Amino acid sequence: MESTAHSFKENVDHALADTNLQDSLAMLKVGFSERRRQAAERLPEFEALRDRARDIKNHALANLDFYLEEFERKVLALGGHVHWAPTAADARHIIGELCQSMGARTVAKSKSMVAEEIALNEHLEELGISPIETDLGEYIIQLRHEPPSHIIAPAVHLTKDQVADTFLEHHAKLGFTKRLTERNDLVAEARHVLRQKFLDADVGLTGANFLVAETGSSMLVTNEGNADLSNTLPKMHIVLASIEKVIPTLEDAAVLLRVLARSATGQESSAYTTLNTGPKRAGDLDGPEHYHVVILDNGRSAVLGTEMQEILRCIRCGACMNHCPVYGAIGGHAYGWVYPGPLGAVLTPQLIGVEEAGNLPNASTFCGRCESVCPVRIPLPKLMRHWREREFERHLTPTAVRRGLALWSFVARRPALYRRLTGLANRVLALFGRAEGRYRALPLAGGWTRFRDLPAPQAGGTFHAQWRKRRS
Amino acid sequence: MSEARSQILNGIRRSLRRGEISGDQRQAVEARLARPPLGPIIARAQLAQPEKVALFCQWAETNNATVARVAAADVATEVVSFLARNNLPARAAIAPSPQLADYDWDSQKMLSLRRGRGEGSDQVSITGAFAGIAETGTLVMASGPDHPVTLNLLPDTHIVVIRESDIVGGYEEVWTRLRTLYGKDRMPRTVNTLTGPSRTGDIEQAMELGAHGPRRMHIVVVPG
Repeated sequence: MESTAHSFKENVDHALADTNLQDSLAMLKVGFSERRRQAAERLPEFEALRDRARDIKNHALANLDFYLEEFERKVLALGGHVHWAPTAADARHIIGELCQSMGARTVAKSKSMVAEEIALNEHLEELGISPIETDLGEYIIQLRHEPPSHIIAPAVHLTKDQVADTFLEHHAKLGFTKRLTERNDLVAEARHVLRQKFLDADVGLTGANFLVAETGSSMLVTNEGNADLSNTLPKMHIVLASIEKVIPTLEDAAVLLRVLARSATGQESSAYTTLNTGPKRAGDLDGPEHYHVVILDNGRSAVLGTEMQEILRCIRCGACMNHCPVYGAIGGHAYGWVYPGPLGAVLTPQLIGVEEAGNLPNASTFCGRCESVCPVRIPLPKLMRHWREREFERHLTPTAVRRGLALWSFVARRPALYRRLTGLANRVLALFGRAEGRYRALPLAGGWTRFRDLPAPQAGGTFHAQWRKRRS
Repeated sequence: MSEARSQILNGIRRSLRRGEISGDQRQAVEARLARPPLGPIIARAQLAQPEKVALFCQWAETNNATVARVAAADVATEVVSFLARNNLPARAAIAPSPQLADYDWDSQKMLSLRRGRGEGSDQVSITGAFAGIAETGTLVMASGPDHPVTLNLLPDTHIVVIRESDIVGGYEEVWTRLRTLYGKDRMPRTVNTLTGPSRTGDIEQAMELGAHGPRRMHIVVVPG
């Protein structure tokens, strides 16, 4: 998809003014994080599982070439095919040709962030092939021509009424002329419409949560069952997965599954976890005749061995964004590309360049909640700080910020001056009143106070002054 | 495409500052693949068999499935009565498996069964299960001529008959059973694990059942 990460600040202004979005985000902040907390508490082994999950992914990354070759060997042995795509363009080309080889007119797609990353839908449409998104959230936003706003809840920014309007607009021609008001009716109508699309599709395309080297299986986790219909009904099943999805064994998968669903939605387990291994076998009454796996690099191999390597552990649960105060204020679209939240703030500059996406790692309070809930313990704030440093080194930081930082570092290294200036600032700010403990507006600070209050200095002077008093 | 393949694999090796892995490192990863290490043991699944079955049933109900524990002789009666209780037609697609064939379907004159794969028009399916996982109340289905995948997915209502002895503690025991039955390097084409009926939270984060797969799941647990 086309990135708008460079206009992050304008995107944020839009997001903060969007009342529907703000209502959705208010729900998300309590819903996901509370359910995750409860699920983690129900499982005494949860923290030990997170440690093991981290170690498994580290081990897989350290031996990534070996496990990818092993995975390929197993897929081939069972009659499947493996395609290697160094770039997004390569992957689009391979998938386009596979679809054309089937004379495909429609492709049933199960939600895949990697497919978003390589802009697969646009490519298929250019070839005259209709990609049908089958995950309910993805289907809704496809009808509305919007990108996903969350990696596991792509339509989380929309209200029921917006969905009802969208369905009426697009389903009326199929005979659904009544505007619905209940969620279960909306789900039922989408089920009905999409069922026929599944039955008609020539190709099913899915992502993969994991590729299991031991067995040559692709592993998919969903709640709706759409991935399963996509890989069962059409004649061809194409799996699109990036290189870091490979893990060694089924036992490793069990560990990762235990942390994945709990971190993502707070469920003990998602409704469907499916392992697919090769095409339909002799005697099978259903299943695809052709099974292809497309393995995408798209810049990831270059991340190995660098200080950013840890981001490749990510299993795409979405916990970091569910717990991020910045995501919670602006939602996913503002990040401007495929991956939002702390994950996106680290991964997007890596995949499309810090020049385009340098704003994203700056959009963090470094509160550390993302790292504290990450099931594979990725030190997200540390990785965001790396990007800030690189941005600074490359002189991409705006002049005003650079000057401000230079001034601050000058003062901070001179304790006497620092104390005098902070004492002065404290007294000046006090002139504007501190009774309420915060300012709704301040001269020269409109950029800050337009969306939030500024804390007022407490009585008793600066921290340094209070500390001195306490100790004497 | 072999050029693309070596481009990716060599890129990985270059970044990891080494060549193709060899010697001790290769032996270590090959040994790990041959004898996969277990993850942390999940205490709640370490139970005697009767308690495992009870835990399985408890979690299955939490996952919005319904559970009935009946004698093998009463399976067909239970199925007909479940369909009647839910105002469903006494008509179902049933997996062509020898295990299911043993139940006394002929005693139910009103019940019409079609052996085969699932179709878009089926309202009800009946299948067995390869295993049940007590830890989360999850069913494990292994595809094959006797268990078409479509039966797990297309009908509105999925009835599963599972034997108590097929209920295990955790996922790891399922992997062991699969390796024993199919061979270490040969998984069934599809292994579906089902934890309750299909669901979605995609509209306003509220859970709704029956997104694409079955809306209703009824699990019949039989001794043996």
